[in-house]
Amino acid sequence: MNKNYFEIKRAGINTTFQDQGRSNLYHIGIPFSGAMDNRNFQISNKLVGNETNSPVIEFAYQGPLLKYFGDDIKCAIAGDVKFIIRKNDNDIEGNCYQSFTLENGDEIDIITTNKSVYGYLAISGEFNLEYQWSSCSINTKANIGSNNGKRIEDTQKIYISKINKDLNDKKLNYINTKIEKIRVIKGTNFNYFSEEGKNIFFDKEFVVSKLSDRMGMRLDGPKIENIVDTNIKSEGLIKGVIQVPADGNPIIMLSDHGTIGGYPKIGVVISADYDKLVQLTPGSKIKFQEVELSSAETLFKLYDLETQNLISQI
Amino acid sequence: MIKNISNLGDAALYCDFGTEVNKEVNNKVIRYFKSIQKENIDGINNLTPSYNKLIVSFDLRKKNFQTIKKLIENLNVINDDKLESNKIKIPVCCDEKFSLDIKRLEEKLKISRDKIYEKFFNKEFFCYMTGFIAGMPFLGDLETELRAKRLETPRVKVPKGSVGLTEQFANVYTFESPGGWNIIGNTPSVIFNSSKENNPNLINPGDAVTFEQITKDQYNNYNE
Repeated sequence: MNKNYFEIKRAGINTTFQDQGRSNLYHIGIPFSGAMDNRNFQISNKLVGNETNSPVIEFAYQGPLLKYFGDDIKCAIAGDVKFIIRKNDNDIEGNCYQSFTLENGDEIDIITTNKSVYGYLAISGEFNLEYQWSSCSINTKANIGSNNGKRIEDTQKIYISKINKDLNDKKLNYINTKIEKIRVIKGTNFNYFSEEGKNIFFDKEFVVSKLSDRMGMRLDGPKIENIVDTNIKSEGLIKGVIQVPADGNPIIMLSDHGTIGGYPKIGVVISADYDKLVQLTPGSKIKFQEVELSSAETLFKLYDLETQNLISQI
Repeated sequence: MIKNISNLGDAALYCDFGTEVNKEVNNKVIRYFKSIQKENIDGINNLTPSYNKLIVSFDLRKKNFQTIKKLIENLNVINDDKLESNKIKIPVCCDEKFSLDIKRLEEKLKISRDKIYEKFFNKEFFCYMTGFIAGMPFLGDLETELRAKRLETPRVKVPKGSVGLTEQFANVYTFESPGGWNIIGNTPSVIFNSSKENNPNLINPGDAVTFEQITKDQYNNYNE
């Protein structure tokens, strides 16, 4: 059972196992977690013939360098990723959205996620992982999930419990597009902000800060002034909520966010824009655009349909 | 009982029970929370009760705001005033190395540390909610003499087990985390245990919590 495995020669910046995440646990303080970019996560699985919610390796910026030992296995990488497949010291430039075969002793060197943040590595088969609350997703904040809830580290081994053989190579023509306008619905504390603050929120440009991770994305830019109260009684948060603390700089809650918070909510990113939002690198310039609830619902249907279409093309 | 229902983004319902924070309002929130949980409604994927709000998250592929709103409005709410409540005792050591902000509190509140501890350890707290980080309990209400604001500059790392005060509330940091509460001690007790999937939290909303002061020796030799 342990004869097929990857040896981690370089772990990368933030490499974790992720699947669809865990639900119905907000009330005890546990967020959804799960793959940040849900579309690319599902595509990576389909490219190797898996169920679309199977566990994958998620990496950010610089990814891992993995050496493979075992029987031939198909792999695929989804995202905007530069990587190399190394066979007997021959470097082969890897292509995203195209499955490839690894043989005993081969290496995958994931160099960078280019102008995006997250990429996904799927294998045709199953990693040997522990589950907590029906998910192997690693939440490093609460040490929940597989790998003892810790990110993947140098020199560790990742075991593969099952390999699906006789799989045809699969491919998808897809290019990730970057968004500059993030569509939002007004938040429940929108009226806490000054008229000028509201105008700044929708008219001015913000820059994604370096202090962004799986928990949240901090933005720099013009300050948004609060005229009512910079603290509210702590209440529930969901991913996509944009909170504005006293310093006037917005913070967007992402998949590993704290489940409750006490800063006023100026807006919420619509579900249709979430996958693209999380891929914005520090330094990216963004603007917010207001949409109504009914448009947000339609936009999500379209986005979901597009995702299903892409998956069905594989 | 819900004063207003609105949407929080496109995939959550924001149920507002008013602005007051007290046991009665919080009991209503918890009753709604438990009632929705019991119904096991397909498409609802998270519930977040807090002092006086309840957020209902749903899967936008299966449901939308209008359908969930109708379900909540027509919900059969548990009418039992006696919600389950456990009595829990939490040991706390207030040795200097743990009571990071006791000096600050003495200055801000203008009372001695002995007085602060006396009041704190003689109080029975009510758990309003859990969250922010896994298992963190939000307990109230502190007497007015013990109410202080958060630190002006929050700590980047509050040690695991720290017991903190802010405004009328007390809490316990279940993990090392950033935070701005006034830290008065540390507990060796495990407040969140992820290996107990059915009941990972030692303290749950509605529970009655008291703190018990222990010595440094008792802290070091603590056995659950």
